[in-house]
Amino acid sequence: MTPAQRRWVFGLAVAGLAAFYLWGLSGLPGFGDYPGPYGFAVLHLAVQQTNATGIVSAINFEYRGFDTVGEEFILFAAAAGTAVVLRRLRGERERSPVDQAADREGPPTSGAVRMLALLFTGPVIVMGWWLATHAQTNPSGGFQGGVILATAFVLVYLAGEFLVFKRFSPVALTEAVEAAGAGGFAAVGVAAVPMGVAFLTNYLPLGQTPGAVSSSGTIALISFFVGLEVGAAFILIIGELLEQTLLIRQGGR
Amino acid sequence: MTVAAHTPYTVPIGFMDALQVTLLVLVAAGATAVVLIRRHVQQVLVLSIYGVLLAVLFFAFQAPDVTLSELAVGAVALPVILLLTLAKIRKREE
Repeated sequence: MTPAQRRWVFGLAVAGLAAFYLWGLSGLPGFGDYPGPYGFAVLHLAVQQTNATGIVSAINFEYRGFDTVGEEFILFAAAAGTAVVLRRLRGERERSPVDQAADREGPPTSGAVRMLALLFTGPVIVMGWWLATHAQTNPSGGFQGGVILATAFVLVYLAGEFLVFKRFSPVALTEAVEAAGAGGFAAVGVAAVPMGVAFLTNYLPLGQTPGAVSSSGTIALISFFVGLEVGAAFILIIGELLEQTLLIRQGGR
Repeated sequence: MTVAAHTPYTVPIGFMDALQVTLLVLVAAGATAVVLIRRHVQQVLVLSIYGVLLAVLFFAFQAPDVTLSELAVGAVALPVILLLTLAKIRKREE
């Protein structure tokens, strides 16, 4: 095929795609036009049914809680997969984490980076926990809180070094926390079944005041477990990647 | 009678529209920049900035939950993972 022919084929394909795309766009509902009844129904019912004022969390952890269990285990499987793929392979050796070139100085971490990282670690942990435990009252939730908690450990790595990061997050403990988070979510859901109600039914007392931290029954509990799971999963993935980058080398010795 | 007239957080008419359009244009420009930049480390840094832009966009469209997720994942976690992977690949090439 000559370049000219190829251009023709490309041009035809692009024209066809553009035509279909524009046709599809012309059939879309107008900007901000929401035709479905589901959203309005949830907005009207969520607060009185669950006592949670964070309605997005009420949907994630209660109305569509079953979907969230699935998403939870996607992340769980992803972290496990990362750990399996990034393990030390045959033909690779793990370099012991000692100074290989004691005569040469590595580039020192700048004082500004160290200072900022140390300064932010505490507030970031508080913020992560706050988000993970306030899903029922605010726009927040276990997922966001968990990821932010994990970044606190990245700050520890930035401020100190890899060994400090490892001491703060030993793999066995991180894995246990991750499993406890995922298992806790599933257990909260399964516990409803012996009570004679459906999986993930909100069986805990909902509290008196909508928007109180202690309100909303299982929503707050599930968000807490999701926070554990997500935080540990991200720490695990980042730890595995750091280990790959810093310790494992090609070629056995 | 509009509800907005009674809250202290009134914004001028048309302000939100202008903000949303501006942010949509910025996000489109950011996405194009991420695709066009070929040097990987710079690309990851621009991707992180693009994540922040996208988070602000979600916020302007009244989706604070998604904003938080996008800030944590798109602007921080994903770039960190990509930078670590780049570091690993570069070490192997030496």
